[in-house]
Amino acid sequence: MPPVVHAENLVRAFSGRRVVDCVSFTLNEGDCLALFGPNGAGKTTLLRMLAGLLAPGQGAVHVDGVPLAAGPAARARVGLVSHASMLYGALTARENVALAARLHGLPHPDDAAMRALATMRVDDRADVATRTLSRGLQQRVSIARAIVHTPRLLLCDEPYTGLDDAGSVALTATLAERRDAGAALLLVTHNLAEGLALATQAAIMRRGRFVRHEARALLDVGSYQSQYRELAAVDG
Amino acid sequence: MAERFAPPSSPPGTLAAAWIVARKDLAIEFRTRTAFLAALVFALLGVTIFFFAWDSTAVAAADLAPGVLWVIFTFAGLLGLQRSFGSELADRAVDGLLGAPIAREAIYLGKALANLVFVSGILVVTIPAVVLFYNLPLGREIAALAGIAGLAAIGLVAVGTLFSAMAVNTRMAELLLPMLSLPFFVPIVMAAAQSSARLMAGRPAAEAWPWLRILLAYDVVFVTACTLAFPYTLDE
Repeated sequence: MPPVVHAENLVRAFSGRRVVDCVSFTLNEGDCLALFGPNGAGKTTLLRMLAGLLAPGQGAVHVDGVPLAAGPAARARVGLVSHASMLYGALTARENVALAARLHGLPHPDDAAMRALATMRVDDRADVATRTLSRGLQQRVSIARAIVHTPRLLLCDEPYTGLDDAGSVALTATLAERRDAGAALLLVTHNLAEGLALATQAAIMRRGRFVRHEARALLDVGSYQSQYRELAAVDG
Repeated sequence: MAERFAPPSSPPGTLAAAWIVARKDLAIEFRTRTAFLAALVFALLGVTIFFFAWDSTAVAAADLAPGVLWVIFTFAGLLGLQRSFGSELADRAVDGLLGAPIAREAIYLGKALANLVFVSGILVVTIPAVVLFYNLPLGREIAALAGIAGLAAIGLVAVGTLFSAMAVNTRMAELLLPMLSLPFFVPIVMAAAQSSARLMAGRPAAEAWPWLRILLAYDVVFVTACTLAFPYTLDE
């Protein structure tokens, strides 16, 4: 059985500068990679490549053994929670999530949308235009949009941003549930505690490269935290 | 028990996905109405101003009206085309489309279809306004004029939608879109004006046929070329 995601030697440069530089990793069913790194380390660019939004300059990504570059089939298995909400402000929460469900070919898009909104505890605002929602509620709708098709690979870029306690609890429960169901997660965050709580692997990215990458079980959290702070201080 | 994964869904085909995208765009425009109203007011004001600037003793109505109609149509259409991809940039909603398991061509076709409805709506108001203002003796020829308008609208949105996608990520999108598009609109305006001038002058419809063939050929060439070229405009 192929791994859920296999990234091999990924490289991406902008204006001649390598933003992602020879990154390789593999996530199997139930794996969660917590990815840390200072601003500008290349984390978001890496996620955009894994989501099929950005073509790698070199290297390849396979999702469930299907090359991402081969076309839409592999993208059907990926969900992305980004910095931006990726929502249409004029549409309601239900319409935004149902749109994603339709684009993934789900048979009952409105029902699927309501289930995803209920998972993120925002179904009571389903018929409200998302531009009128607070940042935190928009983030919950955005997460519902990303999970509506129950993706095999869920990519989360700072997903806790703007969430209140209830939203954070709902998100953590959802991520743990997806991981336990066999999905692979990639969680980008600056918060070590949040990231390590769910992780089976942890990596620190700096200047486009993984400078540390190991199993969560082997980590000494104390030394990990101090090294991460040093790196963040140097690059910040 | 966590839902393991959604039953295998079949993502929509290109035309079905295009329809989903078009419906979404039209729903947003219906909610906001800003671009359509702006284009409509612009078109009606244009007809009015041209009318009051017209010296009926120097130029016959049938000679002036076709030029007025198609110049106003072109610029009013540009207002709609500006909006086409502008709405995708807010909160990076376009990433939701690009990450969906649909062909990139479907995004183009959906956008073009929504733009076609937009400019057709403008034509439905502008053509009767021109006919009334210039007191044109259009009887049976109104159906032929509607056919010319349809062909001109298809050509305009085919090219304009592509250039809207290309211009939207630039700092001077409002300037770049007309600069890129207008040279390509010249054959449309020329053929539409020449063919409609013959109808408005009461000439036999057969005299308009050579110009209609040019419009038809333009549509076939540019709908095909722009659909094939569109995926490359999305690469970062």
